Amino acid sequence: MKAKSPIFWPLTGLLALVLLNAVHDPGFLKVTLLDGHLYGVPVDILTQGSRTMLVALGMTLVIATGGVDLSVGSVVAIAGAVCAVLLQGGHNLAVTLAAAVGAGLVAGTANGLLVARLGVQPIVATLILMVAGRGVAQLIVDGQVIIITHPTFDFLANGFLLGLPFAPLLVAALYLAAHLGLRRTALGLFIEAVGDNETASRFAGLAAARIKLVAYLFCGACAGLAGVLAAANIRAADAYRAGENMELDAIFAVVVGGTALTGGRFVILGTAIGALLIQTLTTTMYNLGVPPAIAPVPKALLIIGVSLLQSDKVGRWLGGLFGKKAAA
Amino acid sequence: MPELLELRGIGKTFPGVTALAGVDFTVRAGEIHALLGENGAGKSTLIKVLTGVHPADAGEIRLAGQVIRPGAPKEAERLGISTVYQEVNLVPSLSVAENITLGRQPGRLGCLNWRAIRRRAVAALARLEVECDVDAELGSLSVALQQMVAIARALDTSARLLVLDEPTASLDEKEVAELFGIMRKLRAEGLGIVFVTHFLDQVYAVSDRLTVLRNGQLVGEYATADLSRLALVGKMLGREVSAADFTSHAAPPRAAASPVLAARGLSRRGAIAPVDLSLSAGEVVGLGGLLGSGRTETARLLFGIDAADGGQISLKGAPVRIDSPRDAVQLGLAFCSEDRKAEGILPNLSVRENLILALQGKRGLRRALSRSEQEQLCSHYIAALRIKTPGAETPIRNLSGGNQQKVLLARWLATQPAVIILDEPTRGIDIGAKQEIEQLIAKLRDDGLAVLFISSEIDEVVRNCSRVLVLRERRLTGEVAGAGLNSESLMHLMAGTHEG
Repeated sequence: MKAKSPIFWPLTGLLALVLLNAVHDPGFLKVTLLDGHLYGVPVDILTQGSRTMLVALGMTLVIATGGVDLSVGSVVAIAGAVCAVLLQGGHNLAVTLAAAVGAGLVAGTANGLLVARLGVQPIVATLILMVAGRGVAQLIVDGQVIIITHPTFDFLANGFLLGLPFAPLLVAALYLAAHLGLRRTALGLFIEAVGDNETASRFAGLAAARIKLVAYLFCGACAGLAGVLAAANIRAADAYRAGENMELDAIFAVVVGGTALTGGRFVILGTAIGALLIQTLTTTMYNLGVPPAIAPVPKALLIIGVSLLQSDKVGRWLGGLFGKKAAA
Repeated sequence: MPELLELRGIGKTFPGVTALAGVDFTVRAGEIHALLGENGAGKSTLIKVLTGVHPADAGEIRLAGQVIRPGAPKEAERLGISTVYQEVNLVPSLSVAENITLGRQPGRLGCLNWRAIRRRAVAALARLEVECDVDAELGSLSVALQQMVAIARALDTSARLLVLDEPTASLDEKEVAELFGIMRKLRAEGLGIVFVTHFLDQVYAVSDRLTVLRNGQLVGEYATADLSRLALVGKMLGREVSAADFTSHAAPPRAAASPVLAARGLSRRGAIAPVDLSLSAGEVVGLGGLLGSGRTETARLLFGIDAADGGQISLKGAPVRIDSPRDAVQLGLAFCSEDRKAEGILPNLSVRENLILALQGKRGLRRALSRSEQEQLCSHYIAALRIKTPGAETPIRNLSGGNQQKVLLARWLATQPAVIILDEPTRGIDIGAKQEIEQLIAKLRDDGLAVLFISSEIDEVVRNCSRVLVLRERRLTGEVAGAGLNSESLMHLMAGTHEG
């Protein structure tokens, strides 16, 4: 009996949701070419979903080591604040980007050292920065929302390359790079090994602490870059709202995508699909005119649904149901 | 005697594997019934069917004449079938009393009656005549005491049938004797006891009747007294065994070659007093001693798992620092831990990934083994060590204990070590696999490896080693080699001379 691909259910969910939308509004899938650029709801979903996809990419590795990083939303806010202050201070884009990603790396280092070297529980360790990080972001922008006026910076989130939206292209390239980096080297195996049984991995000669640190560093860098995209998207740094609840969306995307919260085996492609699923749902609710206040409810229902489908127990139960039907 | 438990025609199939086919199993009240078979024979599956972990696909279970269909361990427990599993399944951070009553605490309206909890725990332990502080944290007790607590917990319900799944795997001889005392006492009280074990001595010491399984099928049921040891082994292996299979694998001690690995004054406070030892290429050196004598502690110091307080390790004459297992692996050491589940396998990863892990770790991140290199290694070791697995991509948790152990051995052999430390490599695995592993150790020695062999089975140490270091109460008490090496001399050293 061949095991089902881990991305089967998230992909089914995504397609079902797209189908539902297409039935409700035949214009949903329509993509038009205007001034040499692609426009349409699917393009919007990709563009708006790119930030969650990016944060969830880093989160996948942290969760695979058996941890979790709650601080990514705050890191998004910090990176956005860094961008605003540097760009408005007249620094060039390269320095700004390096500083934003660098801020993410610093955050990742702090999380990683707490978890990997000092043995603090990941939830607690990253909760510290989740709470403190937003304060740091406020400090950087001095409590103001800073408007950013920089055409190239704006391009990162809202621009088009060869007619295609730039942000999703960038994120897709990063997914590809991450996939190659993880699977062409032994890093992917090491992360899965440490997540599955840390003691055994250490006894087999792996540098378990260093491997975990790498995962948190990568997660921090992804969050930093997502902060750049978030600030560029609204052309402003809003330390209060930027990246709000993003850690939850990212965790949802990872789990829905087929990576278990207990660590071990990870599925990068599943994470991308999970993030798109969540973004599609958000967009759907906008289109249906669902008030933002109750928007989390359908999201929760969807997540419960996909999680149930992935559970072995429910799978067996469903299998039994259909098996009986087939026999009858 | 009345039939307490009757299993008739039990069948169980897992995806791709028929674990049990038409197995009958009968236990009478007031008897100790041994359940025997090689790894993969179906013992564990039969126990799991009986205790409601897996529902049977076919057949019928009767307890005291009534047909039962336990759908969950809790249900089986309520019916009077209590189980103590091979690995202690308790909560280390809770107290002894809490562990004994967990899930059935006396109390009302969600409030616990702590006095009743303690009283019941004390009573449960008193029944077994075990002395133990019921307020102590379970994790602070020795494994043996934890096992007793697990039995006390199992008997806390109105048990009619007690299932002991390899209860002696981590006990020393004195503790085994205590356990047998308890088993005999319970037998006298009219309990039926199912006793799963790999130790034939224990089968003959304590059981009344026995049932042998092989490849998921019933071989037969016998009165223990009527079946000779050799015949029993034959039934388990499915072949006639000649006495030659149990001959010594040990080579004569070599003339003092220059040691590959040597330690001087290696020590750690609370773990082991200063130890000197040396290992030469092509030599199997035993590290003997009772449980808790400091055998594993010594191995952990050598492999850099625990930091030594003092002492010096040298490799091929040059002093080396070993601060972590990583250092040790880079220097060509290998260590098979006694705790396969916690310190050995990556349960959800494949046989392939488990097998290549140490070699890949030694090569580092960047020099990744290609998929074809990995598959080549796997097919080589699966064939060479006769690992029974549906394929290299099967998760290792689906393999039997003996086959998991072989994969872990392969993991280390793939790194081509100069020194390999084997801590209880045959624990919890059956006779056939045991022999294979012993033969393998002899082969490694002939290939020029230095082997440090740790075992609590004296016969096994005598069979495999050309020289044995004996530890007692966390210090090195002696060394025997050559003609002086026999089980008597070893027991002498292990127990201390006054008991000899």
